[in-house]
Amino acid sequence: MARLALRELCGYRAGDKGDVANVALFASDDETYALIVREVTAARVKEHFGAMVRGRVDRYEAANVRALNFVMQGALGGGGPRSLRADSLGKTLGGALVRLEIDVPESLAGRRRPRPDVSWADEILDA
Amino acid sequence: MITNAGGINPTAAAHAAIDTARKLGVSGITIATVVGDDVHTRLGALHSEAGQPFAHLDTGEPFDAFPGPPLFASAYLGARPIVDALAQGADIVITGRVADASLFLAPLVHEHGWDWDDWDRLAAGILVGHLLECSGQSIGGNYSGDWWALPHPWDLPYPIASVDADGTAVISKPRGSGGRVSTDTLRHQLLYEVHDPARYLSPDVVADFTSARFVDLADDRVRISEVRGTPATETYKLLLSAHAGWAGEARVAFSWPDAYEKAKATAAIFRKRVELADLEVDEWLVEYWGVDALGGPTVPRSASEPPECTLRIAWRCADQRTAGLVGRELVPLTLSAPPAGMTGAGRGAGTSATELLSIWPTLIEKSVVDAEVRVVLEEVD
Repeated sequence: MARLALRELCGYRAGDKGDVANVALFASDDETYALIVREVTAARVKEHFGAMVRGRVDRYEAANVRALNFVMQGALGGGGPRSLRADSLGKTLGGALVRLEIDVPESLAGRRRPRPDVSWADEILDA
Repeated sequence: MITNAGGINPTAAAHAAIDTARKLGVSGITIATVVGDDVHTRLGALHSEAGQPFAHLDTGEPFDAFPGPPLFASAYLGARPIVDALAQGADIVITGRVADASLFLAPLVHEHGWDWDDWDRLAAGILVGHLLECSGQSIGGNYSGDWWALPHPWDLPYPIASVDADGTAVISKPRGSGGRVSTDTLRHQLLYEVHDPARYLSPDVVADFTSARFVDLADDRVRISEVRGTPATETYKLLLSAHAGWAGEARVAFSWPDAYEKAKATAAIFRKRVELADLEVDEWLVEYWGVDALGGPTVPRSASEPPECTLRIAWRCADQRTAGLVGRELVPLTLSAPPAGMTGAGRGAGTSATELLSIWPTLIEKSVVDAEVRVVLEEVD
């Protein structure tokens, strides 16, 4: 077993509806999907976000696209037009979720997602 | 062209479009306006006489707890009035509040002649609409995969959907444009702002996004088929809003050493000065950018100190003037606070207070809304 942050295994996207945020987590293969279905429960996500999410967390499965969707109540300081938060729409909550660490079998621990290569940005910025 | 850009005044938007068409010398087009989503003036009667409970959709709070006079009340209409407008020959359809995905379903129903109880096809159209409604987000925008490797990301286009009469769709993008169309880029959008993906509630149908089959084809194309739907509900989503005070905010940066401690002390000194100035603040929010502003409790405590830290402090007051005065209490701290190393907020500092709105999502029976929905046609000749 290895202990890995979800950022090594999954894609993510967050969205908002009022004071409710959702974060989707995407697995790249069936084995990883089975792993996150087992490990990333609604209760763990609720605990991970602590005081940031005041209300309930519900989890939904979309096996056709190997995704889990977490719906978090009371997660945006009152909702976009009311919130004092810089990230009033919760766009960064996906990144916050993939900090969560889970136990990963050795068979999957080698499949880490690559790190960004932005050398093309240097070419533009140095011009 | 079909748009819900009429916002809370679609009639004025249509007049602006007509004026623009005339100025450009465009003639022989018909502009349709869809009205009736706005139930603001009827709200009280709908509640007390027509028995609409208007309980908060997320919290269940009763309408009695609504915080102040409603500023607007708009129902999310579906595709039907747009299809009516197209059937009457509209070239441009301007609406108020219509669910975004329904804007894309409407031309499919019009062109393919789908029935309003053909749930699987309507669901396919809504799913396609959901994939298209956020422009670049389905083809590489806000993408968490290998975003750095997308072809020329400075030229990210809008996606295109080609939808057959049976509801099968192929998502693509303009030839030679940037971005990428793949099952992975599309699934990022599929669940964006979605709650239960097996029951995506649109005004026109309840779509099961978990039924869809995605197949990657060559050349930035993905085929989507087998989408299933079930009958639409009897209600529309209704969005109400009330004034919620005024907000101000300030950002100041601190350098190493002790950047975080300096930021924290400055926040405390600022708050104390506001208190001594007898300015009433209803809510404070302090964020330490570079430490945990965005991640909050998900960020592990670090043993090493940050090289720099930006304090962002926001406040909410009952009135605009007070919210503005609070910000002034920070200015002298540049020279007169103990923690050295604070920079000014730079050019563009001193923004005025912003009005806050609380929003109250609820439901309303379709029949009481539909009774007032109208399509107004105007010809530009």
